[in-house]
Amino acid sequence: MQAVTQATTEFVKQNWAPLVCGFVVVAVLPLIVGYVVLVERKIMADMQARLGPMRVGPHGLLQPIADAVKLLIKEDIIPDDADKLVFWLAPVLSVGAALLAMAGLAIGPAFQIAQGINIGILFVVGVSAMGIFGIVLGGWASNSHYSLIGALRSSAQLVSYETAAGMALVCGLLFAGTLNITSIVQAQYDQGIWFGLLAPVAFFVYLVASIAETNRAPFDLPEAESELVAGYMTEFSGFRWSLYFLAEYTNMIVVASVATTLFLGGWLRPFPRTHWLDFIDFLPPLLMVVIGVYCLIRVPKQPVRVQQLFMLAVAGMCFAVAVVLAAPMLGPLLKPSLASAMKPFFEGIHGGFWFIFKVGAYIYFFMWLRFTLPRYRFDQLMRLGWHFLIPLSIINVLLIGIAMIVGQYFDLTGPSLLLTTIPASVIALMIALFILAVEQKKEPQQQPGAATPDSYA
Amino acid sequence: MANNTIPDAGEKQQTLLGADELILNMGPQHPSTHGVLRVKLKLDGERVIGSECMIGYLHRGVEKIAEHRSYQQFAPYVDRMDYVAAVSNGLGYCEAIEKLLMVEAPPRAKVIRTILTELQRIASHLLWLGTHALDIGALTPLFYCFREREEILKIFEKYCGARLTTHAFRIGGLQYEAYDTLEKDVERFCKAFEPRIKDYEDLLTQNRIWLGRTKGVGILTAAEAIALGATGPVLRASGVKWDIRKAMPYAAYDQYKFEIPTGKTGDTYDRYMVRMEEMRQSRLICLQAIENIPSGPIMARVGKVLKPPPGEVYHSIEAPKGELGYYVVSDGTVQPYRVRIRPPSFVNLQSFDKMARGGLVADVVAIIGTLDIVLGEVDR
Repeated sequence: MQAVTQATTEFVKQNWAPLVCGFVVVAVLPLIVGYVVLVERKIMADMQARLGPMRVGPHGLLQPIADAVKLLIKEDIIPDDADKLVFWLAPVLSVGAALLAMAGLAIGPAFQIAQGINIGILFVVGVSAMGIFGIVLGGWASNSHYSLIGALRSSAQLVSYETAAGMALVCGLLFAGTLNITSIVQAQYDQGIWFGLLAPVAFFVYLVASIAETNRAPFDLPEAESELVAGYMTEFSGFRWSLYFLAEYTNMIVVASVATTLFLGGWLRPFPRTHWLDFIDFLPPLLMVVIGVYCLIRVPKQPVRVQQLFMLAVAGMCFAVAVVLAAPMLGPLLKPSLASAMKPFFEGIHGGFWFIFKVGAYIYFFMWLRFTLPRYRFDQLMRLGWHFLIPLSIINVLLIGIAMIVGQYFDLTGPSLLLTTIPASVIALMIALFILAVEQKKEPQQQPGAATPDSYA
Repeated sequence: MANNTIPDAGEKQQTLLGADELILNMGPQHPSTHGVLRVKLKLDGERVIGSECMIGYLHRGVEKIAEHRSYQQFAPYVDRMDYVAAVSNGLGYCEAIEKLLMVEAPPRAKVIRTILTELQRIASHLLWLGTHALDIGALTPLFYCFREREEILKIFEKYCGARLTTHAFRIGGLQYEAYDTLEKDVERFCKAFEPRIKDYEDLLTQNRIWLGRTKGVGILTAAEAIALGATGPVLRASGVKWDIRKAMPYAAYDQYKFEIPTGKTGDTYDRYMVRMEEMRQSRLICLQAIENIPSGPIMARVGKVLKPPPGEVYHSIEAPKGELGYYVVSDGTVQPYRVRIRPPSFVNLQSFDKMARGGLVADVVAIIGTLDIVLGEVDR
């Protein structure tokens, strides 16, 4: 017994940082997801000429808390005919896989739970793909037709688009030469260019495939609201439903983080090696100050005293973040001897800011698409996946590989590698479009409805 | 309707992989069956191999109620059939009874009726567009459409105090004189509306996903459409140029110039295009009508108690959803002997099985949307 205790203590002593990080992720992520949802609703409202949530807290800022409380105290319903064990297990599996995938991600050079994990990207992609089991099992266990169809759609969709996404990732990994997340970002720093620019087609394929993987519109067929009520989630309510919801949004953050790490330079600020652009470092604290000042201006316009106080608190938080962001930069200015001591702090804090900023931009793009585009039909989704994205990604990997070899031959590195990779990407895109055109010619688009013989007209 | 069979459920149909058929019950509580339509689908995987519409969940016995109300008392009930196009319903009923009474509404009343009815057509089509796009997965057009529809409802509210179930017209003319700024309001709306239609079209018309979801979906040929009794945009999208406003003009339609848009293939996309163009044409009619509203009385000389001579009459108008007909039999008393209503939604819904067979589940919602049904009218 004592040995076990001792071993545990040793383990904690050695791994306290990852444990704290893990605890923070599990504890804080639901809150973050809640606010991502609020932001999504606000953006949606903005695009749709309305206001969005305005009631709970100033500008609806407390809405996620209210939603969470509502979901927690809802009645827990399990349908009579459901497979109870699997019904219980499925959402847990889904959310478990999504949270586990977060362990592999690095938000800034310092903040990674599984520190230095050498199969980083592979781990994240593999574990997050496990979440599909939660969806399929949940759909099956519900014993409802809508759920079943949703679950089947989801599994087919994941199989099709995971392939394309994987191939797109391979493209980025070719440049990096490693799976380790920290090393991937370091490679982008060393080569002085984002891999997303070196392989734009791969980035595009990953972008599309990641939307499909996370079941977001226009690929949200597994939960197509207007067709399948709520797809695999139809029979889930209250807390179980919120677990699925948490998993979906966590997955969004995961794919956005993977894309950011591999294609958008991770936690590096734009142009990290161009020193005359160092003033970009001052933008983050400045941004927070501007938001804080805006909140202060809005304070007198809040109708209720509580809301005024809350708005003040938000402004205060913004200023606090601004101070945290600015401190490592101002410290050395006041006392040059601090410069080397402050460097890791600076990299950690500003890296975190830029990483979250890029992830946010990526997710914003998801939302933008969701509010703009109609939904694909299932056969169209499959056609897009198998006839276009998968051929495109495979050809792209081949051609990028060739482009790299050619680049090595001419001693091209960093941005000058664009000379070979961009033509390679363009050729890949053209070949894929050609294949798509040929495929479409080969099977004259079978129009559902048109092909059925006339029964009684 | 309560039997649990689907048409030709007896004959075992060949499924693609030899798998069992799946019976999927869509509705009456389903986000996109536009009310309480219940559709029983027989599926092979996702492909629809049979369907049956089950209706009656909103049956209120409107036709029977008519037999126990006086002619004026029944007028508000017709607003509750197609509750998103109440003005058109009221117009049809009032004109039918006027025909029975052999009176005619004064010219001023006719023009105001035309303006309001055309605004109602735009409002109804806007609701259709928003919900149809929502069914196909585009979230945003709904809110844009409701923004414009709101303007129309405001005009109705200013005119008669009600927004949805307006009871705007009376037998013999109008109850209320047009308010002072009616022309100005209508003009302002029409001016603002033109660019707005362009906004909707920018979002949808050339959108690849929208084209994929609507082109070739739910095809109804002209012969089939006529055989199934389809009317309104559903018929016109199949290429049949039939519009009661032109064929048998009522109200003041014979005074205005407008086009009747038609489609070619009769698929969901054509029906979309036809309705979009109809909104433009309605806007033009409104603009022509407000230019010259004749002065004069707004009510024909009808008594307080309406006692039409014994006889029968059928009067139909072009409601936003198709031909809305009233067949009224009078026995000379203050109450109609029988009122039979031909609702366009009910008849158009017949085409559903024809269109849905062979499509996918996702097409079913597109087809329900494109038929533009209102269950209050289907079930009456």
